[in-house]
Amino acid sequence: MRRLLLLLALAVAAPVSADPSTPPAALAYTQLRDPAQEAQARDLMATLRCVVCQGQSIADSDASMAGDMRALVRSRIAAGETPEAIRAWLVERYGDYVTYDPPFGAATWPLWLAPVALLVIGALIARSSFRRTRR
Amino acid sequence: MRRWLIWTPLVLFALLFAIVAGGLFKPADRVVRSALVGKPLPDFTLPPIAPGKPGLSSAAFRQGQPRLLNIFASWCIPCAAESPQLVRLKAMGVPIDAIAIRDTAPALVDFLRRNGDPYDRIGDDRQSAVQLALGSSGVPESFVIDGRGRIVLQHVGDIRADDVATIAAAIRDAK
Repeated sequence: MRRLLLLLALAVAAPVSADPSTPPAALAYTQLRDPAQEAQARDLMATLRCVVCQGQSIADSDASMAGDMRALVRSRIAAGETPEAIRAWLVERYGDYVTYDPPFGAATWPLWLAPVALLVIGALIARSSFRRTRR
Repeated sequence: MRRWLIWTPLVLFALLFAIVAGGLFKPADRVVRSALVGKPLPDFTLPPIAPGKPGLSSAAFRQGQPRLLNIFASWCIPCAAESPQLVRLKAMGVPIDAIAIRDTAPALVDFLRRNGDPYDRIGDDRQSAVQLALGSSGVPESFVIDGRGRIVLQHVGDIRADDVATIAAAIRDAK
């Protein structure tokens, strides 16, 4: 009997929601009126990391915090702020991790220089092997 | 020359294997921490949300006494899990203020009734604006702020029983 009651309780239990019930911010899912400003906002949002769902940009994410970050980007762009100033504001708070367009610095120079170095090494290998076959 | 050159692919493979295995056994730390630790608390003013409880502004953290700033929400389950520890900290004499993220008054009142209310003030952050200004990446999070408005410690995630001593010590040291 007790087991049956427990099962019944499980069956009628409402799942607990772990998302806010408040409506999303006005500019989270609404584009800006001015197409040029919206394009600016969109380019910036595609290069900002969602800090909750870390593999996604805030343009791709449906997390409520990503929505709030989009609203922040759009309202600041609409207020006339430049995309780079908004990026700098976020980097100041979250570190370089928040941007998908990392600045050139002490920690990131291998990231930027590795492709160039690999191309040079490839060209050297190609040159030496072509020389060998000609002979 | 040629004799040892033949081993280079194996050496490269072993190196790659070591890197991948290292990542597997010791995954990278994915916690996003605020870059504002050690820096002044950004200015903000938030309206009240719970009846009979004042709203919160950054001025509250510049009155000479270290305080704990808890970022929470009634819809956040780990927040309910950490509330006994906040009640404990309050009982130890730690003053606690809070920012409620994307919350409604009825849900918040219900949350405080069920989990206890250790808060002196609660600010209403409708669109996570202050949360973003703080460099906080989710709920719950807590910041220890010294009496001059400087952030001295950030605790990401729920406060567990064994975190209480660290936070109480940070409050004590901030005096």
